[in-house]
Amino acid sequence: MLTILFDGIAYGMVLFVLACGLSVTMGLMNFVNLAHGAFAMLGGYIAVLLMQKAGAPFLLTLPAAFMGGAIVGLVLERLLYRPMYGKTHLDQVMFTIGIVFMAVAGADYLMGSSQQIIRLPSWLQGRFEIAGIGIGRYRLFVLCVCGLLAFSLQWGFTKTRFGSRLRASVDDARVARGLGIPVNRLFALTFAIGSGLAGLGGALGIELMGLDPSFPLKFMIYFLVVVTVGGTSTITGPFFAAMLLGVADVAGKYYVPEIGAFIIYVLMVVLLIARPEGLFARARS
Amino acid sequence: MNVRRQVLKSALGLTLAATLGSAALAQDTAKVGLILPMTGPFASTGKQIDAAVKLFLAQNGNTFGGKKIEIILKDDTSNADVTRRLAQELVVNDKVAFLAGFGLTPLALAAAQVATQAKVPEIVMAAATATITEASPYIVRTSFTLPQASEPMADWALKNNIKRVFTVVTDYGPGIDAETSFANKFKAGGGTVESVRVPLRNPDFAPFLQRVADSKPDALFVFVPSGIGAQFMKQYVERGLDKAGIKLIGPGDVVDDDLLEAIGDVALGSITTHHYSAAHDSAANKAFVAAFKAANNGLRPNFMAIGGYDGMRVIAEALKKTNGNTDGDALIAAMKGMSFESPRGPILIDPETRDIVQNIYVRKTEKLNGELFNVEFATIPMVKDPVKAAKK
Repeated sequence: MLTILFDGIAYGMVLFVLACGLSVTMGLMNFVNLAHGAFAMLGGYIAVLLMQKAGAPFLLTLPAAFMGGAIVGLVLERLLYRPMYGKTHLDQVMFTIGIVFMAVAGADYLMGSSQQIIRLPSWLQGRFEIAGIGIGRYRLFVLCVCGLLAFSLQWGFTKTRFGSRLRASVDDARVARGLGIPVNRLFALTFAIGSGLAGLGGALGIELMGLDPSFPLKFMIYFLVVVTVGGTSTITGPFFAAMLLGVADVAGKYYVPEIGAFIIYVLMVVLLIARPEGLFARARS
Repeated sequence: MNVRRQVLKSALGLTLAATLGSAALAQDTAKVGLILPMTGPFASTGKQIDAAVKLFLAQNGNTFGGKKIEIILKDDTSNADVTRRLAQELVVNDKVAFLAGFGLTPLALAAAQVATQAKVPEIVMAAATATITEASPYIVRTSFTLPQASEPMADWALKNNIKRVFTVVTDYGPGIDAETSFANKFKAGGGTVESVRVPLRNPDFAPFLQRVADSKPDALFVFVPSGIGAQFMKQYVERGLDKAGIKLIGPGDVVDDDLLEAIGDVALGSITTHHYSAAHDSAANKAFVAAFKAANNGLRPNFMAIGGYDGMRVIAEALKKTNGNTDGDALIAAMKGMSFESPRGPILIDPETRDIVQNIYVRKTEKLNGELFNVEFATIPMVKDPVKAAKK
């Protein structure tokens, strides 16, 4: 029972890291970026390549995956995304889904279509038991890393100068600009961080979710569910939404495997009926 | 003027000769339309079969019964609609004498109607759902069927003191085939079975494996498509099921030779039943593996490759028997009852069902000279597909 809870939370944590970048771009910058999963896939492939070809240790590949996602995010934001900010959501959706298909085909061409496999260092393999709860070492590791990330994100968002400027820019970009806040630079940086987090999530997730060229499509639904249920104006919303979905998904598949894969959708529908603005969102006037 | 006319004449003569020549050539070739998933998630299947077909022709020449075999390779991206369209084009435009390949069950079924209507033999080299050969009287299979590989596992388990088995299969045709054939046989032998089916697009096996862990069966029977086998094996070990004494058993897809090295040591000790292992101990197989590796950058042939290799041999032998007659009915008649020594062991094309009859081997994953192999330790000779056998 508690093992299921633990697995669910670890799974949810990965979902959170993968999706929080999306919630940032969607909520804060009002930009629908369906190509978010492509950045996650990029991070995953960076980790795989570094480990397989360069023999880099697993821990080192994680910051590399983050940086890779962030840098590519930064470049693409500058070249492709910025002209789309003013466009309608439909345009943005069409544009980003196009990027997804290009990323899928590109990954297929460059890396081959097979599932990528990494070998974890031995201290992350296996499991141990505390008070009858079986705990996988890797899942515990994921839990710690993601928990730390969530905490620092929330802190950075609410307590730092960067965070307050960002919130100001989102509330009203024109006024913020008038006050001398470099809105474009802030958005670029935010986008890069979001993409970087996706890259990190992709790398962390290889062991739990696998990695192949269809990754951005396969997980797009999960990201979107997390963001819609969690609401887009906070970090805590998607965080708890991801936890809830992770646990519900794992528990559902454990207790009622016949319909297990369907449970998260039911949950999403119920939550959206109850709280259409997201879990913690204040109702918009 | 005269000279010019002379030149013109001889040019005309040459063209005529060339046209006649190519017409004569066309009659001397037998085209094989090879439809495989060369891109997409099942591309490794296509690559293995394509390589095996090329190897067979390189080793044996390409002329059989006076006909030169010409392979036309098409990529169906494992999409059944595409398979059907390609099969039609190959039959109508290219006038192929054989359709071959077919990486997955729905793909093989998609071409079945084309084969029936055009009376063109369809050689299924990979797809493994039992009922495929019933879809058309022109289908001949050289791979295996999942019940064929799964039922012997039930016998082995019963004999080796395994009483309670938990089955985890992917929720689609072959998975259900594997589960039902194993479960029926195992229950008939006095064992008890619990089952769970995993969605095809499943990111995480954790909850399913936790169920297995809590149920504490003697063994875990697993079928997943070979691509995601690695992930399954890792999570099986991560969850400590190996240490809890739950044996991993199943048909050999999960420990596919092509992926075994990537899966790593976690595969050690798993017991599987299958029709082919690269470690099969025979002179024919050693030569096959060595030649395959040499031609493909050290790639190890897997059970897909052997299906393609033997499929090509069936085509070649059939052409020899009919003396180059490419009439569909004559070819099918020639293939029925055909038997020969394959690198996997003796095989026979069942004259009644056109399905393959072959040895099924019980294997254990072990390390040989630093490489992981599925080492065969017991043989169940000449197993027929049990599903079709039971229908009679």
